[in-house]
Amino acid sequence: MGEFSINPGTEIRNAQAEIQQFRLRLAIGGVFTLVMFALLFVRFFYLQIVQHDHYHTLAEANRISIVPIVPNRGIIVDRNGAVLAHNYSAYTLEVTPSKVQDLEATIDDLATVVEIAARDRRRFKKLLEESKRFESLPIRTRLSDEEIARFAANRYRFPGVDVKARLFRQYPQAELFSHVVGHIGRINQRELDHLENEEQLSNYRGTDYIGKTGLEQSYEKYLHGTTGVEEVEVDSGGRAVRALSRTLPVSGANLVLKLDAKLQEVIYRSFGDRRGALVAIEPETGGVLAFVSKPGFDPNMFVDGIDPQNWNELNTSPDRPMVNRALAGTYPPGSTFKPYMALAALTYGKRRPEQAISDPGYFNFGGHMFRDDKVGGHGMVDMYKSIVVSCDTYYYMLANDLGIDAISRFMSQFGFGSRSGVDIAGESSGILPSQEWKMRRFKQKWYAGETISVGIGQGYNSYTPLQLATAMATIANDGVMFRPHLVNYVEDIHTRERTYIEPKPLREIPLNPEHLAFVKNALVGVNKEGTGARAFAGAPYASGGKTGTAQVVGIKQGEKYVESKVAERFRDHALFIAYAPADKPKIALAVIVENAGFGARSAAPIARQVFDYYLLGKEPPRPAPDDDDAPQH
Amino acid sequence: MHPNIRRIAAFFTAHVDGLLFGAILLLTGTGLIVLYSAANGTFARVSSQLGNVMVAFTVMWAFANIPPHYLMRLAVPVYLIGLMLLVGVALFGEVVNGARRWLHVGVTRIQPSELMRIAVPLMLAWYFDRYESALRLRNFVFAALLLIVPVGLIVRQPDLGTAVLIFASGGYVLFLAGLSWRVIVGMIVAGGASLPLLWSVLHDYQRQRILTLIDPTQDPLGTGYHTIQSTIAVGSGGLFGKGWLNGTQTHLDFIPERTTDFIFAVFSEEFGLVGNSILLFLFLLVIARGMVITANAPTLFSRLLAGAITLTFFTYAFVNMGMVSGILPVVGVPLPLISYGGTSLVTICLGFGILMSIQTHRKLVQT
Repeated sequence: MGEFSINPGTEIRNAQAEIQQFRLRLAIGGVFTLVMFALLFVRFFYLQIVQHDHYHTLAEANRISIVPIVPNRGIIVDRNGAVLAHNYSAYTLEVTPSKVQDLEATIDDLATVVEIAARDRRRFKKLLEESKRFESLPIRTRLSDEEIARFAANRYRFPGVDVKARLFRQYPQAELFSHVVGHIGRINQRELDHLENEEQLSNYRGTDYIGKTGLEQSYEKYLHGTTGVEEVEVDSGGRAVRALSRTLPVSGANLVLKLDAKLQEVIYRSFGDRRGALVAIEPETGGVLAFVSKPGFDPNMFVDGIDPQNWNELNTSPDRPMVNRALAGTYPPGSTFKPYMALAALTYGKRRPEQAISDPGYFNFGGHMFRDDKVGGHGMVDMYKSIVVSCDTYYYMLANDLGIDAISRFMSQFGFGSRSGVDIAGESSGILPSQEWKMRRFKQKWYAGETISVGIGQGYNSYTPLQLATAMATIANDGVMFRPHLVNYVEDIHTRERTYIEPKPLREIPLNPEHLAFVKNALVGVNKEGTGARAFAGAPYASGGKTGTAQVVGIKQGEKYVESKVAERFRDHALFIAYAPADKPKIALAVIVENAGFGARSAAPIARQVFDYYLLGKEPPRPAPDDDDAPQH
Repeated sequence: MHPNIRRIAAFFTAHVDGLLFGAILLLTGTGLIVLYSAANGTFARVSSQLGNVMVAFTVMWAFANIPPHYLMRLAVPVYLIGLMLLVGVALFGEVVNGARRWLHVGVTRIQPSELMRIAVPLMLAWYFDRYESALRLRNFVFAALLLIVPVGLIVRQPDLGTAVLIFASGGYVLFLAGLSWRVIVGMIVAGGASLPLLWSVLHDYQRQRILTLIDPTQDPLGTGYHTIQSTIAVGSGGLFGKGWLNGTQTHLDFIPERTTDFIFAVFSEEFGLVGNSILLFLFLLVIARGMVITANAPTLFSRLLAGAITLTFFTYAFVNMGMVSGILPVVGVPLPLISYGGTSLVTICLGFGILMSIQTHRKLVQT
């Protein structure tokens, strides 16, 4: 081989040699092609035979996407089937931040296609801070058909922006049940961690929302359901092409409440624009018939993520609409404590019913003057009268005779100072004072003088309206106590199977039936001839009740509380506890009207309207009018 | 058969090489079948490609009927026109997708680099044939110059794929013409030695680009995406393939440019190793027939031209399949006779027309 030499003399031989030379080179070229094609074959063999499993897996992973199918959340209805929380389908415009280069510019552009209010932007910004970049976040909810069409026509301009059909939660009764039903909201990091601990995370794939408060939170595991799975073939753009297999989701169970929506509405109306709380309980089951905390708020605002402006308003309002007064608000029980004190006295043998005291209008203890509200006193007062006219002096003395620990021991049986265990979270335990409690709380010993005001429901005493109502229901039910519960049963919508929420008694308080009958009779007396008589005048049913007034600010010794001199927010709270009908109670309640003065005047008329509606079906024409000359607490 | 009919049949078939044409028909037919699948089972592309095939076969038939010595006369003018057009592109060319490849001529625009695919081997074959009796090293140096100037212009456009193929076609002519092994080895050694020097003067981003060519996983969503997805398509095909119209990588849009440069990934996914082997065999059939024609060619010009056309065809096929299966970097080279597109098909078939002409005009020349 090599450069071929040229010899001018032998052209034919040269031509022959030249052809030989050429054919050799051509043969080398041929071998080269064969070797190269063999190399390709080896490569193909390696990819398609040796590594086939590997590439097969990769191709399948490319192609198949596991898509969760979110179950429908269970609905919540009242005892008569009125809907308190349900779902509806709507279209939302969603942005995946990680797929968008300039978020601000994209949203500005979007605003030319569909309406995006400043409120939507603020809410989106808040969501953005709380979530991960690759999550799809709603910028607009409830798109109209026209807006969907307009976006579809401009879709190519907006990579990373999609219209999605989603189920939305709606609370048709809005404010009325904000503190009972609660609301759902987007899952946050803390909830994610919790779900992971519960090994529920996979069941929440695809779910963006979770119950945040109220029943939505406490019955989350029933309401949510089981997430289904769909194996979907997707193209390189991630769009679903067809379904390969499908495991259907199991819808969440429905909640059927003990609550009566209409009753709740009647109560709400009868409060007018005053703040307060009312809890009504069915004594023989512990089922909660009404659960009002006023003011409330519109839970629908939270479903799409609340915007910062509304959030601030709710949180800074002096009316504190976010506080569930019935569940977490604690108030001194005032004179509504007296019937229990009387029962304690009878049970522990410290008083006999007919035993009377002479009330000078005050009780002197170690130089301290404990005033009775009635100047000059009530004269001769036996136990019946002490309850009916609400005599303070009688109970100052009684408290002193019983001592704080006996009071505490007796009252704890009625659930005072401990959580009732109602089926929503966030309950306060209240304060049932005792020597041991004070030592724990203040590292101080109990002074005997502190017992005196506890006797009339003041001092350290502090309970939730729910506790007051539960105790009242226990009296009405002759000492048989139920755990209060809002939900009657949970219904599986596939099998129609119902799971009832514990109607069994929590405990039976050992009480002498005679003592009980005596106190109940006195309570009936209150509404017949005592402090509640005005509110219950002309009622076709007999009822038992007790008025109360809870001090908001301490009144100095010897000073008289004058309502008109005290700023509205520092006025006393009005309380009333009651049950009806007296012989076979169907309903027991506790109501507190904040800063409304004497219980007889503001709280008792609300109780009357509740009973009238619940027992007689009578609806109040308009909010309860103030009644200035009612008997005093 | 009626003598007239026989005469007409003879007119059409006299200069057609049956064996070569048969193999070409099998390949184009395979191409249309794969194209139907690559186009997601639609006919629009297939019928359009069928039109391209008709045009290409007509060109092939026409060139088969042009005797080689006419082609010799065309060599210099065609080469010079091509070179001028390339210079024109460099000066006034239109930029499409970041590359300056097109030139506006009156109402239409042309891509002169396509013309050079034929013009370069034609010119070199003519040049060596002219100096046949006294080939010296300087002839090779001049021939190399004739090759490097257009290749350099095309590299600058930039159109690396075309440049590589034209360089290869010219290189084959030089090799077949008898370029000294000492020079060949010397150039390879010199080239290898200059690589580190070249590397040291490159910018970081240029180095990165080269590294990505070597290892596509470094840039899985950018330039590496093509190779990764086509390799998955080939590998997942297995022994028998997923079946026609059943390739998931193909039909779910994971293979980019699957009707053109990456059509082999579609074929490979749906027909597997068995299909690949048959395809390799068909390509080898065409190449083998080209080699036989080359070996029997009567003049140095026709020998060099036929050899260059045959080996260039091989190079097309090898570079494309190598790139799709991930052993060669991604350069824009279609799979000959299979990929969708008129220009490349016409250029390829023009080359086969020349091969047929060389084969069928042999007896007339051999005296």
